[in-house]
Amino acid sequence: MKIKQISIFLENKQGRLAAVTKLLAEEGVNIRALSIADTSDFGILRLIVNEPDKAYEVLKEQGFTVSMTEVIGVAMSDEPGGLAGVMEILEKRQVNIEYLYAFVGSAYEDALVIFRVENIDDAIKVLQEKGINILKGEEIYAL
Amino acid sequence: MNWNEKYETLPREDLKELQLERLKQTIERSFHDVEHYKKVMQDKGMEPGDISSLDDLSKLPFTTKEDLRDNYPYGMFAVHLSEIVRIHSSSGTTGKPTVVGYTRNDLNTWAELMARSLACGGAGREDVIQNSYGYGLFTGGLGVHYGAERLGASVIPTSGGNTKRQIMIMKDYGTTVLTCTPSYALFMAEVMQEMGIDPKTDLKLKSGIFGAEPWSENMRKEIERKLDISAHDIYGLSEIIGPGVAIECEEKRGLHIFEDHFIPEIINPETGETLPIGEVGELVFTSLTKEALPMIRYRTRDISRLIEEECSCGRTHIRMERVSGRSDDMLIIRGVNVFPSQVESVLLDIGETEPHYKLIVDRIGTLDTLEIQVEVSEALFSDEVRRLEQLEEKIRKEIDTVLGISAKITLVEPKTIERSEGKAKRVFDKRKY
Repeated sequence: MKIKQISIFLENKQGRLAAVTKLLAEEGVNIRALSIADTSDFGILRLIVNEPDKAYEVLKEQGFTVSMTEVIGVAMSDEPGGLAGVMEILEKRQVNIEYLYAFVGSAYEDALVIFRVENIDDAIKVLQEKGINILKGEEIYAL
Repeated sequence: MNWNEKYETLPREDLKELQLERLKQTIERSFHDVEHYKKVMQDKGMEPGDISSLDDLSKLPFTTKEDLRDNYPYGMFAVHLSEIVRIHSSSGTTGKPTVVGYTRNDLNTWAELMARSLACGGAGREDVIQNSYGYGLFTGGLGVHYGAERLGASVIPTSGGNTKRQIMIMKDYGTTVLTCTPSYALFMAEVMQEMGIDPKTDLKLKSGIFGAEPWSENMRKEIERKLDISAHDIYGLSEIIGPGVAIECEEKRGLHIFEDHFIPEIINPETGETLPIGEVGELVFTSLTKEALPMIRYRTRDISRLIEEECSCGRTHIRMERVSGRSDDMLIIRGVNVFPSQVESVLLDIGETEPHYKLIVDRIGTLDTLEIQVEVSEALFSDEVRRLEQLEEKIRKEIDTVLGISAKITLVEPKTIERSEGKAKRVFDKRKY
C-alpha cells in the first residue's frame, strides 16, 4: 500500500535538475511522477520511479543527498469533486498532510494523487474504510 | 598633544632602564604569585634571577590564549579576588571565554593610557567625546570611557547601536570626538547622508579614534572625507589591558606603543624565534605594570612590524604598523572575534557528524556580512521544505548565540565545498581593506 518516493536535495542553480534526470536516464530509470518544492536557495525534488531502490543507490553513489520516504498513491475519479472527496475524508479524521502532487497524463483512467502524510498507516486505514482505491507500489512503478 | 609629557618623551636610554626595572619586578611577582608562570619557568630550568637584561626576555616561554583558557577563570591572576575591582571577558572560542581582571592600580594605569591615547588622537578637556564602543564585558566601552573622564573631556556613553539617535546626539550635543569601530563610523556616515545631515556644516566633529577591527589606509581616507575629521587607529587587546596599548599620533605612520607599560616583540609565528626590529611577524607583548594579570610574552596572533625610527611628534615610544593580518584563522566581523572552529562546533551539535561548511565574509556598503554555507548531509536532510527551513533557522540562532552576530545560512549540496589535502579552506574573506 505504500509507495517508495525518492527525495533529492538540490541547490537552486543551473544544471542541477538536469544532472539528476541525465543520471537516471543513463541508468534506465523511468520517472513516473515528480514534484519540486523550492525556496530561493534550494529545492527538493521528489520522484516516483519504476525502480526506486536502484534510483536511490545510483544517486547516492553520485554524491547527491537522497532520502527514501513512503507515500500513498490514491486513485480517484477524474471529474470535479474527485480530490475534494478524498480531502474531506482526511480532514474529518484529522490526517495531517505534509504535501501532495498529481500524476499527469497517465494511462490510468482515474486521476492519481500522491500524498505524503504525517502518519501513513492511519491515513491508509481511514481511506480504505471509505472505499478509496489506494494503489500498491508495484502498480505505480509499472504504470 | 601629550597627556604625559615626561613618560611619552622619555629618552630611550631612560626608557630601557625603566623597562628593565619593571620587567624584573613583573617576572619576580609572576613567578611567586602565579602557579602557571612558576611551572613553565621551572620546566625550562629558569628562575627570576636569570633575567638581568632586556635581551633575556626572549629566553622566557610564551603565554597563549590557551594558557588563559586552561586556567579559567582566575588561575592566571597574581592577586586575591579581594584586590580585583573589575572583571572583563572575551567572547571565547569553542570552549571557555578568557577572563581578565584589574586591580584599582590597573584601572588607574588603563585610564592613564587611554587618556594619553585620546590626547594623542587630538582630544582634550574642552572636547565632547561620544563613545560608541559597546559597554559591557567587551573592554572597548569602559576602557575609552574612563580614559575620557581622566582626560577631563565630556564623555557621552552612547555605546553601540541606535544609529539615528547617535547622530541626533552628535548634532545636538556638539560632539567633537567620536570613538567606535571604523566600520561603524562609515555606517554612521551613510545614515547621516540618508538623514540629510552634512558633517561639514551640521556637526562639530573634528577627530575620531577607531579600533577593535582591522582597517586600511583607504578606509581611513574614506572616513576622513565623509565625516570631515582626522581618523586615528588605536590598538589594544583585553589580555594586555584593553584599548590603549598603542595609538597613532598626528603623523599617522604607525602606532606608538606605550613602552613604559609594555614591551613589544616581533616573532616568527612558525618557529617562535624573535625577529629583528623592522621585520614582519607576530606581535608579542609583555606587561610591565599590570598587577592582577601580568602577561609574559603574550602571543597576540596579530601580524605587524615595529618601526624604530624617531617620530616627528616627539614621542620616543616605538611604533607598530597597523595590524595587517592574523597568524591564526580568527576573523573580525563587525568588531566581533570569530573563529571557524566556533561555527564547526555549532554544526557538530546540530548534525552529529563532521560538518562541511564554508564561511564567506564580505562587506556590503559599510557593514560586514557573514554567510555560512553548510552541506546538507543525509543526517540533516528532510524531504520537507519546512524542516529544512527550520534547520537553517536553528543554525542561525545557535550561531547568533555563540558568536553574537547574525549570519545568513545557506544549505548547499554535498561536495560543493572543495576538499583539499590536509586542511580545508573554509574561510573566504572578500572584504577589501
